Amino acid sequence: MSLELRDIHKHFGRIRANDGVTLRVGAGELHGLLGENGAGKSTLMKILSGFFEPNSGEMTLDGATLSLRSPRDAIAAGIGMLHQDPLVFLPFSVLDNFLLGSPPIDRTAARTELADLARRFGFSFDPDAPTRTLTVGERQQLEIVRLLWLGAKVLILDEPTTGISASQQALLFDTLRTLAGQGMIVIFVSHKLEEIEALCDRVTVMRRGQTVGEVTLPVPIDRLVEMMFGQAVPVVGRVPGVRGEVALDLEGVSVDDRLTSVVDLTLQVRAGEVIGLAGLEGSGQRTLLRTCAGLLRTSAGSIGVAGSDVTTRGYHERIATGVHYLPAGRLEEGLIRGLSITEHFQLAHGSKGFVVPWADARRDANALISRHSIKGTPDTLAEELSGGNQQRLLLAMVPENVRVLLMEHPTRGLDIASADWVWGQLMHRVERGTSVVFASADLDELLRYSDRIVVFFGGRVLKVLDTSEADTDRLGHLIGGRDVA
Amino acid sequence: MRAAWAKAGSKSIAIVLALLFTALLLLASGASPIESFRLIWQGSVGDGAKLADTLMAWVPLVLAASGLVVTFAAGLWNIGVEGQVVMGAIAAAFVAREFHAAPALIITVALAAGVIGGLLWGLLAGMLRVFGKVNEIFGGLGLDFVATGMVVYLVIGPWKRAGIASTSGTDPFPREAWLPTIGDKLSPIAVILAVLAVVGVYFLMRGTFFGLRLKAVGANAASAHIIGLSTRRYLLTAMAIGGGLAGLGGAVQAIGFQHKLVPAISGGYGFLGILVVLLAGYRAALIAPIAFFFMMISVGSTQLSLRLGLNSSLGGVVQGTLVLLTVLVGGWQAQRARRREPTEVES
Repeated sequence: MSLELRDIHKHFGRIRANDGVTLRVGAGELHGLLGENGAGKSTLMKILSGFFEPNSGEMTLDGATLSLRSPRDAIAAGIGMLHQDPLVFLPFSVLDNFLLGSPPIDRTAARTELADLARRFGFSFDPDAPTRTLTVGERQQLEIVRLLWLGAKVLILDEPTTGISASQQALLFDTLRTLAGQGMIVIFVSHKLEEIEALCDRVTVMRRGQTVGEVTLPVPIDRLVEMMFGQAVPVVGRVPGVRGEVALDLEGVSVDDRLTSVVDLTLQVRAGEVIGLAGLEGSGQRTLLRTCAGLLRTSAGSIGVAGSDVTTRGYHERIATGVHYLPAGRLEEGLIRGLSITEHFQLAHGSKGFVVPWADARRDANALISRHSIKGTPDTLAEELSGGNQQRLLLAMVPENVRVLLMEHPTRGLDIASADWVWGQLMHRVERGTSVVFASADLDELLRYSDRIVVFFGGRVLKVLDTSEADTDRLGHLIGGRDVA
Repeated sequence: MRAAWAKAGSKSIAIVLALLFTALLLLASGASPIESFRLIWQGSVGDGAKLADTLMAWVPLVLAASGLVVTFAAGLWNIGVEGQVVMGAIAAAFVAREFHAAPALIITVALAAGVIGGLLWGLLAGMLRVFGKVNEIFGGLGLDFVATGMVVYLVIGPWKRAGIASTSGTDPFPREAWLPTIGDKLSPIAVILAVLAVVGVYFLMRGTFFGLRLKAVGANAASAHIIGLSTRRYLLTAMAIGGGLAGLGGAVQAIGFQHKLVPAISGGYGFLGILVVLLAGYRAALIAPIAFFFMMISVGSTQLSLRLGLNSSLGGVVQGTLVLLTVLVGGWQAQRARRREPTEVES
């Protein structure tokens, strides 16, 4: 048995999630698919499991071309996918979930089948328990058993170790080894180097929607880091700006936000300082930014802005103290579809007046459009702007004298010209005393612009380091959870 | 510009389709479509009295629909509008029955009471949504039933006619509490209020910071919050304005048209207002003509039963068909536009 994906392309609007990806896996192989968040792994696997249709490219299983229009086609062809969040119906019983998607069958027979399969792999279920009483690990086990029963020969696991216990992980890995030993193809998607190292025979690495390479394990971990994040590029530090008073002062701050938490973090950000937040997506960077913005409540510690305690002040009150937050979702949590550039400026700049002076508003908008080189007119709607111009508009909406600017992925999805322009704008503000705290997945960006970098791993702060003592290599290791220095 | 033409195009297609459908329906019931349409025209605007009827029905519909433009802009499906009309009518009826003063004062107070009654009922649905996480559709629907129950209770209970309790309504209000009329029915005050409401809402949505912020909250509450708007405040204010205007419609219906409280005091103007706003594409500017067209059909189709022996509910069928077809044609066009891939401004 062999599976081959050739030159797969998948675009979402202007985003090229998969841009020529190739993957080959043979029978009995435990194959890792490694890459950062956003590298295109999940998209590729959703194509292979019939959730998305590719724009172009070819998939073959045992030489036969696969044409998958739905997950049902995929499972009929023997391809089963275990999603990051197991797709179980929580109010249904274990047995009902097991039966979902199966041909009609006698429930007593199904009960026996389920018990047999579970015993084979050392799982134990109560078939009548509601699925919501199962742990994430048990839901995965149920899903694996179900996919096998439906005839899966190719099993895809998308980040399966998130949220499961160490013993469940060990059991999962044993199960996967057993399955591969029986000649199945197992594709293990992960961004965690250790897991790939411990489990897989071969690994394909993806970066920015493309296949970077394929290697047989074991290889030195540095090699994998380099493939994931790119060549270690010498980074030119930025010219030190004005370093003034403490602008943002975190004292022993703790926050809980479901999967991620910040525990007892003390960090002082001075005026004119740039702090980069590094880490895989969902490791806690967003939690910290939202806490500083006042969108999340702290469970301990205090937050000060320019000398005054703002711990108990909400988001809108913190805006008044000069703290601004620009989330990653530009059209989801920043701009408003259906409203024009002029209308956005009027919303952002606020006014105590009742009537909008539209003539003045359009004139102001024109001035801001040219000052921020936005490609659009005062009447252009937010959704008609390209990503780069949306980011310019968002920056233009932030007042000039902002004290602390909190940004998520300031240049994600932007072309190089727009990215440079955005940083030019930010640096211009930094030179005049604005502090910038930004999260990014781009190591070069972090190293080039930050004075200090806070590295998150697994929902916690792993390390705070000066950019002078960091390079891509070290940062890559830290992001993967290994401190080698 | 092209979008505007497409919109106008879809409206025309829908109107033609709705007329064709109605014609077929009339043919199926054995009536001549041309004759029926002529009767509807004559029965609604054929003479001064008919026109007065149509205008007096138009007033509460326009008031409810204007308020709905505001709540829709805030992204709220104010299904509770029907109950807000009823509560406005109840509040005005209370003043008309219990308050004795100069006519001008009674009328002013009764209208103001109508606004407040509807406003509070709207605010209640809004608070259930904002603080109780009750979707305004379900909260509003529940409050509709409460309001309808309340009016029936008042009519056959505490406010029943002397001697007999009848669902035909309370005793008429004292003459001083009636809206003054020109001729038999037409109340200039009512018409002026409706015109003011449309113009006011148009200006509010187009010209003011409040309207702009309301649109922002309605289009994307998450972004609006990040930009710095208090979404709760805008949602509640929208419900208050929507409820207040609906309540005013109820008050006009009570002291300007029925002159007593009847169980069906709302006249269904709240729900009909939702259809008008859907057909108007949520824009205040189109409310007045569309509402007038709707009332021509409603008032005129009573002639069909008198003259052709058809059921007058045919008017409702035409109105419903029209809205469904407009939404359907709009949906088709949107789908076709999507297939053609959106054109974007390149960076």
